[in-house]
Amino acid sequence: MSNDEITKKMKELLKQAISPVKESDPRRDLWPQMLAKLEEQPAGAHAIPWFDWALAALAGAALIFFPGIIPALFYHL
Amino acid sequence: MELLERFAAGDLEAFEVLFRQHQREVYAWIVRIVRDKGIAEDLTVETFWRIYKYRARFKPDGNFRAWARRIGTNAAFDHLRHARHETPLPEDVPCAAGADPAVRREVRDQIRNAFYELPAKYRLVATLALVEEESYADIAQAVGISEALVKIRVFRAVRMLRKKLNSLGVEVIAK
Repeated sequence: MSNDEITKKMKELLKQAISPVKESDPRRDLWPQMLAKLEEQPAGAHAIPWFDWALAALAGAALIFFPGIIPALFYHL
Repeated sequence: MELLERFAAGDLEAFEVLFRQHQREVYAWIVRIVRDKGIAEDLTVETFWRIYKYRARFKPDGNFRAWARRIGTNAAFDHLRHARHETPLPEDVPCAAGADPAVRREVRDQIRNAFYELPAKYRLVATLALVEEESYADIAQAVGISEALVKIRVFRAVRMLRKKLNSLGVEVIAK
């Protein structure tokens, strides 16, 4: 059996167990929920993700505790 | 100023217009992936929140629909990755109208369980390609990978499913 035939066979089998989604409209207007979320978590265009802050803190700590890496850092810049 | 330019500049009214124009389409795409209406509604809101957050990255001459679908796919994928073992399986049964009566309920449950145990990245493309029968091109654009990679992931998902079902005694395809 070729890969395409196996995939086709599996597709037929899946159809017996999992239906495609037919109704595809939200049950309500989602705009009020959107506004509530924007109030709760303002989406500033330039918000800095937490992991960027964590990375900056790690880099700062590395420079403080291992100042010997500063020349190496400049070399690579 | 055009609508998309106003949106990219942070105009909330322009954002509302875009939200109302595209929410149904974004929801329809997400619900196909997560297969739960409530979760899909929450993820639609999450998607538009991300859209608004990253509005500065959107080029006003770009394709907003494709961009929104891509962000929606990412939000749905994040959900599949984190909620795999926490939420009960979506109620897909009773199955499709054309279901073969020879395929017993127990076997259907085994197929569904095996499918929902697939790793998220395989389940995502397998759901869209095998269950929803979306084109590889559309899936590739939404996921942000090549069509060839979509095809590879679909085939790997099929192989995993086949192995799992065979181990459960469901001889779906001769080895």
